Amino acid sequence: MLLLKCPCCGVEGEETEFHCGGEAHIRRHATGSTDGEFASYMFERKNPKAVVFERWRHVFGCGKWFHAARCTVTLEVFATYGAQVLAPPKPVIAKIKARRPDWRQK
Amino acid sequence: MSFSEIDGSGAVLVAAQRRVEMVVLKADLSNKTTRATLKKLLGGPVPAPRKIVNNVAWMAPDELLIMVPDGSSADGLVALLNAGVKAPVLAVDVSDARAVFSLKGNHAREVLAKGAPVDLSPGAFGPGDFRRTRLGQVAVAFWLEAEDEFQLVCFASMREFMFDWLVNAAQKDSLPGYF
Ligand SMILES: [Zn+2]
Repeated sequence: MLLLKCPCCGVEGEETEFHCGGEAHIRRHATGSTDGEFASYMFERKNPKAVVFERWRHVFGCGKWFHAARCTVTLEVFATYGAQVLAPPKPVIAKIKARRPDWRQK
Repeated sequence: MSFSEIDGSGAVLVAAQRRVEMVVLKADLSNKTTRATLKKLLGGPVPAPRKIVNNVAWMAPDELLIMVPDGSSADGLVALLNAGVKAPVLAVDVSDARAVFSLKGNHAREVLAKGAPVDLSPGAFGPGDFRRTRLGQVAVAFWLEAEDEFQLVCFASMREFMFDWLVNAAQKDSLPGYF
């Protein structure tokens, strides 16, 4: 069971109160992109074993979207942060490194 | 308040309220000017996150739910808010879109704790707290009206299902007696 803290309303809830929106920080390739870029944007996901960045929505609460950094193996949530960023902020990276010293951001 | 349906067969009294006039307000609540205007128009402070004050509930960073006091109308409040707030604002009468329930009895907490993923122990959830969550599979919000009485609001389309769910969850000898 994942325990997530919504950064928009402050609720600390379990995952059934939320809905996962898939991998975060994906660059959208649409008009003007090559077939390869579009196919990659549309279909290819990292699916790593360990640290992932995801979009989540507090669907049974305040209704807002946010980001979460978590571990796919242990379900540990390193941090949740606002939706209005293109990449994980530095404090989030620091929190992950504190828990997973060997992890490297790709 | 008056009730359209009451069930007292269980350990907790379950009652569906007849029609509660209420207004949803969308506006940027972090804006100081907007907050000051709302304070004037509502006749009281804008509640803090996840709180309810004077029947005004905090729903989201940009949303309030206002239960209209008996004797005044949602129409009047909608007009007042839409005209009075000098920033992007939307106030809507949602009275017909919502159903409101009362849960009364010493073990009301236990009935809700059966279906909501929320810490409902008296130390964690008290008077003035307001929580949007799910109950079973239904989106709800609830708060304490009195020490032993919860109020619960959900979409009107879920009224019958929610009433049956609550009556079922409140059956005698079915409560864990945890709190
Ligand atoms: Zn939230």
